[in-house]
Amino acid sequence: MKDSPNDLYQKLLKGDRRAAARLITLVENADPSARQALKMLHRHSGGGHIVGMTGSPGSGKSTLTCRLARHYRDEDRSVGIICVDPSSPFTGGALLGDRVRMQELSGDPEVFIRSMGSRGALGGLSVATNDVINILDAFGKDVIIVETVGAGQVEIEVVKYTHTCIVVTMPGGGDEIQAIKAGILEIGDIFVVNKSDRDGAPRAVADLEMMLETKPGTSEEAWKPPVITTMALAGEGIDELAAAISAHRGFLVESGLLEEKTVQRMRAELLEILNLKVSRAAENALEEEGVGAELVRRMADREIDPHSAADEVVEYLLKRAGR
Amino acid sequence: MDKKIRVFLAKPGLDGHDRGVLIVGQALRDAGMEVIYSGLKQTPENLVEAALQEDVDILGLSILSGAHMALIPRIMELLRESDAGDVTVIAGGVIPNDDAEVLVAEHGVARVFGPGTDTREIVAFIREREERR
Repeated sequence: MKDSPNDLYQKLLKGDRRAAARLITLVENADPSARQALKMLHRHSGGGHIVGMTGSPGSGKSTLTCRLARHYRDEDRSVGIICVDPSSPFTGGALLGDRVRMQELSGDPEVFIRSMGSRGALGGLSVATNDVINILDAFGKDVIIVETVGAGQVEIEVVKYTHTCIVVTMPGGGDEIQAIKAGILEIGDIFVVNKSDRDGAPRAVADLEMMLETKPGTSEEAWKPPVITTMALAGEGIDELAAAISAHRGFLVESGLLEEKTVQRMRAELLEILNLKVSRAAENALEEEGVGAELVRRMADREIDPHSAADEVVEYLLKRAGR
Repeated sequence: MDKKIRVFLAKPGLDGHDRGVLIVGQALRDAGMEVIYSGLKQTPENLVEAALQEDVDILGLSILSGAHMALIPRIMELLRESDAGDVTVIAGGVIPNDDAEVLVAEHGVARVFGPGTDTREIVAFIREREERR
């Protein structure tokens, strides 16, 4: 039994979890029929607060996400969770294990958890993540938590798609800072030192605070990212973390940055879709006889250099688009 | 379009052994599927809810506790109640042949894989089933 895009849309707005789950699958599979539903859903999204959760593998992102979701449920707020785990670049398969750490949330229909394979995307998310955020947003989730692939240094895509970005680290024998090198330090709105019962926690906090203090380009009125210590397993520090998230949201609203972030997010989303479309068009042009295929042969014969060949393809695509 | 087979491997009931189900999970992953693992000690209600949210094609149940004749029919019933009877359910673990026959014939389980099953057989079964869909 297959629902039409319009059926999915109608059901989803009525709170049908199955419709939301099905639409997410269509989006993940890049099924063309998802487009119609996404189009209609767009104006219903924008109400949820989107929280990014990133950090090194094993730092406790899933457990923190689970505890945070519990906190929001106690406040009677609905929660959407997107967990991205790596897909194998060789087979495309993935073992998605984040639910194991979120068992206490299962069975609560007000918490919608979706596990996603990264499916070849870099940066810690998957290509469909943003569409899935929008679906859960339109589905009416008050808070949407996006947990990235754990890698430590490159998964900074998440900052483009979230309102509040949390960077999780843990005490690890003096090498904490390794996990929060350039790039990751800039994207955090809130830093968490999890597993704070371990040796070296105060040192990790002090180091982080010092690095944040001396971060260039911080002005008086800018947001000062707090460093919060938690023991996610024991549930300690979760109230403080939730308070920091709502303080950050308050700051965004008052400073007018929320609107700016939304615009930035839309821009990033548009650019990503355009990149995909343009690169597909370019790939197709390279296959066309007399166009790309000819150029590639001339390059191999050293008649034309790669940059000039690229200019010719761009020229060709623009001319064809103008027709 | 790039359709991936999504599988939810779950451990219903009070059963603390997951070596077998994890080996199956790895084999399915290496066959290019997206495998979601539940963790231990799931209630039928919780795992059906999770299967719905994850919109899986296949639900794999691993039971070594002996409670399969109580748990699996309940799970099948919940799936039907949730209008998710189209999810293919397979089972594995320690399930005697007589029980396996009843589960397939009377409760709608697609197949029960006993101890010693070659993981390639499971992969082939799932692939064939999904192609026919």
